[in-house]
Amino acid sequence: MNYNWNWGIFWQPAPDGSGVYFGWLVSGIEWTLLTALLAWVIALALGAAIGTLRTTPAKWVVRLGDAYVEIFRNVPLLVQMFLWYFVLPELLPKGLGDAMKQMTPPWASFWPAVLCLGFYTSARVAEQVRAGIQALPRGQRMAGTALGLTQPQAYRYVLLPQAFRIILPPLTSEFMNIIKNSSVALTIGLVELTARARAMQEFTFQVFEAFTAATIIYILVTLIVVFAMRWVEKKVAVPGLISAGGAPMAGH
Amino acid sequence: MFSGFDFDVIARSAPYLFKEGMTFTLTLTAMAMTGGIFFGTLLAMMRLSSFKWLNVPAAAYVNLMRSVPLVLVIFWFYFLVPYIGAWIIGAKEPVRVGAFMSSVITFMMFEAAYYAEIMRAGIQSVPRGQVWAGYALGLNYWQTMAQIVLPQAFRNMLPVLLTQTIILFQDTSLVYVLSITDFLGAAAKIAQRDGRLIEMYLFVAVVYFIISFSLSYGVKHLQQRIAIIR
Amino acid sequence: MPMIEFKNVSKWYANFQVLTNCTTRVEKGEVIVVCGPSGSGKSTLIKCVNGLEPFQQGEIFVNSQSVGAKETDLNRLRSMIGMVFQSFELFPHMKVADNVNLGQVKVLGRSVEEAMAKSMSLLKRVGLEAHAHKFPGQLSGGQQQRVAIARALAMDPIAMLFDEPTSALDPEMINEVLDVMVELAHEGMTMMVVTHEMGFARKVANRVIFMDRGEIVEDAKKEDFFGKPRSERAVQFLSKILHH
Repeated sequence: MNYNWNWGIFWQPAPDGSGVYFGWLVSGIEWTLLTALLAWVIALALGAAIGTLRTTPAKWVVRLGDAYVEIFRNVPLLVQMFLWYFVLPELLPKGLGDAMKQMTPPWASFWPAVLCLGFYTSARVAEQVRAGIQALPRGQRMAGTALGLTQPQAYRYVLLPQAFRIILPPLTSEFMNIIKNSSVALTIGLVELTARARAMQEFTFQVFEAFTAATIIYILVTLIVVFAMRWVEKKVAVPGLISAGGAPMAGH
Repeated sequence: MFSGFDFDVIARSAPYLFKEGMTFTLTLTAMAMTGGIFFGTLLAMMRLSSFKWLNVPAAAYVNLMRSVPLVLVIFWFYFLVPYIGAWIIGAKEPVRVGAFMSSVITFMMFEAAYYAEIMRAGIQSVPRGQVWAGYALGLNYWQTMAQIVLPQAFRNMLPVLLTQTIILFQDTSLVYVLSITDFLGAAAKIAQRDGRLIEMYLFVAVVYFIISFSLSYGVKHLQQRIAIIR
Repeated sequence: MPMIEFKNVSKWYANFQVLTNCTTRVEKGEVIVVCGPSGSGKSTLIKCVNGLEPFQQGEIFVNSQSVGAKETDLNRLRSMIGMVFQSFELFPHMKVADNVNLGQVKVLGRSVEEAMAKSMSLLKRVGLEAHAHKFPGQLSGGQQQRVAIARALAMDPIAMLFDEPTSALDPEMINEVLDVMVELAHEGMTMMVVTHEMGFARKVANRVIFMDRGEIVEDAKKEDFFGKPRSERAVQFLSKILHH
């Protein structure tokens, strides 16, 4: 077969003078992780808040929360990415819009990517948090109230601590999804890992070496995340409290 | 805020968007769903089998597909399929496979891993006692699967399989990275040609929203109708 | 020839021994009650009779057929033994009548009409013919368990195994199930029943087997067991459960 294998390509100098091609991939995974982590912070904060609000007795708050989730779930991530990158600067008041448009790469791609991933994932986190709280026996809320706790206190001390333990596995999946989804930002110019692998392929024609390296790096990151989360699960485990799982779930 | 926008461009380009773009998106979704469920079923059965030489490769494949971004998989198959095609037909040069064919294969094989997991979880969610009750009556393995386990598993997994298909429908937009003209690609072309990014992208978002939302509403409805009362 | 015979049966889950040298027998027409604390292995013991649980040592014979032997047609053997589970395990996606028909049609090869006739007569016997076309989810626990008994009886079994048949039921439904079981016993069915219901044992059991930590500690005629249990553990167990 006519393919010239050259695994030494990683140690050859890259055309932009920044070092060897391997360095490109390292820089790529750094941007991937940075984007993913910042977006995850946003996703957790927003998602936990909205998920919790969707379980309160206030009907219109629940409906707003539902609408929020539906909007982010029913539009493809790539389309949302374009909206944040191309459309948002035009819709903002002149000052903010211009400021956004004047950002230089890589930040011009970075911030829209972080915001896009953050909001997109926050809707999914909200779903998990809501499901986790609603999976608790109804008596828990009543027991809290019977003690005299206010609603926020009941959430803080009774419901949320249990709900989070239950949803640790699906939350881990969401975190891995954010890492994978960061690759979509290559379409708006973010030089994360997949973008770097593609660039390396375009410059060197060593297609399979470049993509194999990227694949291995993603797998390693996945494994590290899985092990880290298992460690976290063990640390916070409460005997007798079983976590979610078992039923079939869709997703990416 | 909305002055200077030309929403007319939507009306003018709608025929192109839907006839070229949306048909591509829907065709790709349908083909990937069919192939994905077919291969997913095979994978699920391999994973559930007690033969190590079946369930280990299947598990490895599923875990690989789930660890790697879809964008990367799209690139992989785009470059790999010509070589595999050459190897299959014994040619010396990589076979010329178009972007369309490669994306069909990509999505089929990628989604198969997700469908397989849904089916496996569905089968395993049938309580073990049901299997025992079947055996206690004297039914053999195949009878127990066909009469007792699979009917229940299917009712459990159908809504989730359909939800996964809706996700697949949205994911097809990623063929953009191969410059293929799906619904989003068509809109991007018009947007760049006419300088109407905002109108076109907002329109695309709205259309995807309406379709996905209606479909998931339908799935929710279906779920209530076929749920098994335990 | 006893209907069911255990000879030095031992079973391990990995390194943990759940049954140790169990030897006993059930004669035709006898009703044996198996009792003991949780984890004593009583459920495991009866699940070994129809091969739902494999065992590593010893032998079990049902109607002179060895359960553990490779040549035994396990499916045929199972069709001759009826089993009733603690969690009923009716097939929720099939109507009540179809639950009772399934084994008859698919295993015994009866025609659908034959099977339906038998099912309806058995459902009538347990008092549930009016519910034949409902789904299990629409019935109460006690009703579901009675259907489960009918389902097992439809196979014309030579022996019936009951694994804590009333443990998952609300108190007011326990009697409707026990009544069906008492009637079965009076008709001469060979029964092996794991249960805590000592009233039932006193009424119809011939012998009582007491198990603790995987061993058969006592195996005595009913009068002897309740009158003068020989082991310390049995005495303790009885004193705990008889003072309700």
